[in-house]
Amino acid sequence: MAAISREEVAHLARLSRLAVTDQEIDLFAGQLDVILQAVARVGEVVAEDIPPTSHSVPLTNVLRDDVVQPCLTPEEALAGAPDAEEGRFRVPRILEEEA
Amino acid sequence: MSDVTRLTATEIAALVASGDASATEITQAHLDRIAAVDDRVHAFLHVDTEGALAAATAVDERRAAGEELGPLAGVPVAVKDIVATKGVPSTAASKILEGWRPPYDATIVTRMREAGLVMLGKTNLDEFAMGSSTEYSAYGPTFNPWDLSRIPGGSGGGSAAALAAYEAPLAVGTDTGGSIRQPAAVTGTVGAKPTYGGTSRYGLIAFSSSLDTPGPCARTVEDAALLHAVLAGHDPRDSTSIPQPVPDVVGAARRGASGDLTGVKLGLVREFAGEGAEPGVMAAFHDAVDALTKLGAEVVEISCPNFQYALPAYYLIAPSECSSNLARFDGVRYGLRVGDDGAKALEEVMSLTRESGFGAEVKRRIMIGTYALSSGYYDAYYGQAQKVRTLITRDFTSAFERVDVLISPTTPFVAFPLGARTADPYQMYLADLYTIPANLYGGPGISVPCGLSEGLPVGLQITAPTLADDRMYRVAAALESAIGTLTPGELS
Repeated sequence: MAAISREEVAHLARLSRLAVTDQEIDLFAGQLDVILQAVARVGEVVAEDIPPTSHSVPLTNVLRDDVVQPCLTPEEALAGAPDAEEGRFRVPRILEEEA
Repeated sequence: MSDVTRLTATEIAALVASGDASATEITQAHLDRIAAVDDRVHAFLHVDTEGALAAATAVDERRAAGEELGPLAGVPVAVKDIVATKGVPSTAASKILEGWRPPYDATIVTRMREAGLVMLGKTNLDEFAMGSSTEYSAYGPTFNPWDLSRIPGGSGGGSAAALAAYEAPLAVGTDTGGSIRQPAAVTGTVGAKPTYGGTSRYGLIAFSSSLDTPGPCARTVEDAALLHAVLAGHDPRDSTSIPQPVPDVVGAARRGASGDLTGVKLGLVREFAGEGAEPGVMAAFHDAVDALTKLGAEVVEISCPNFQYALPAYYLIAPSECSSNLARFDGVRYGLRVGDDGAKALEEVMSLTRESGFGAEVKRRIMIGTYALSSGYYDAYYGQAQKVRTLITRDFTSAFERVDVLISPTTPFVAFPLGARTADPYQMYLADLYTIPANLYGGPGISVPCGLSEGLPVGLQITAPTLADDRMYRVAAALESAIGTLTPGELS
């Protein structure tokens, strides 16, 4: 039985903000199915009482002293942006236009 | 002068320090070599001729002024194009970052500049370091200098090929699941993944933050150790950087080069001793184990029963982290923007940009990660993979109670022909079978040449406990002293 359907792949692409084509959905559905069936092997391990590891280094918050340090200028920060205006990143409209 | 591109980094540094060669001459010789062969090898995505010569001149001026220079001053280095370099294009081999010039340097780049290393340019990789053959680069593959019809490994195939083609004596890679060690194995070079947190991630274009580790690539173990010492050390800009002294990897490599391993216990990983590996790879590996035994090492078979689950766990954890990390490529702050015609809304522009800018493997991994993290599947996939990670760590820690290091082949097969594994993405993943456990555990690993199979290089992997990077260098240098380095024939 397939682990993942064509519809699920289309849904994942939407969640991932990927405007995939129909041909890609066909291709990826088969490939993701093979991959997911293979990685599902982690389920064979009996690990109910095993704590998860997110990181090999024990993580604690690392804070620095609250001292002003040199940083990028606005021009440097915007230099790689596809579009900038008045010292800011310019983005396409976010809300639907008023009727 | 004889061809300086054939020299080791150690030899080049000695020439520069003594004044027998200038850093400028050395750099020009490597730029000439790149110009002569890189149209066939395609190790580089960008050659920074002007920057390299300026850096070399600065080293020569510092030397002329009587300044004390570091042990690698004047030595050229090639840097994987997933590392941010100020003002120099940094693409991660992706169309989504085509032409991006970072406004800052990665910490490891700053350290190399301060040490007087001369950056020649940026090397090819699988897009965002996701792959095992460099075939997933958006700018075309790199070709293995041993046989130009074969892959140079991945993701850091460009760095490894640049070494094997004598375009650079040193290179920098990043290792998330084997991307330094596996290319080293299939190109007959040396590649080390330091302890996670031993080298700074600040300025790496993030793929899987709990696994990404930058490290050295070289043609000899001593050269790798020298570069390791430059790259490593605590960085306050990386919250997972370990605030502890760097182990004396250079001293360990020199000690190992004496060829005495008396009292050293090597653990032969039973689960990685045969299944899925090519017979020629296993034959070369066993010959190397015999050589290590003759140097005085004791070999013990060790079982690591959970290692068989490392590959599936990795291919859940790494895609999960990548799906989150790559969300930053939204067509707003840097790189590509597609479809912004004034009528389309942000979300549509974002989706068109990502669809156009990412290659197929990156899309697959983003979707796998999104799936593994989604509600309803999280416990069975990502959560379970994290528990497996704990068990793999336990396998390592109990093994290191009995032995000093673990050994196995670096990869199950020699360099395969281009195109042999691209049709089935999971077949490509198998190239990382033996390298992944060390990433999940966080300990260091090194690949060192151990012989040939079908005329192609085979690598032996040595993994050590966390923060015991020096141990693996000692064993690697001893093996190198016994069987020598591997030299490919002239490029056909």
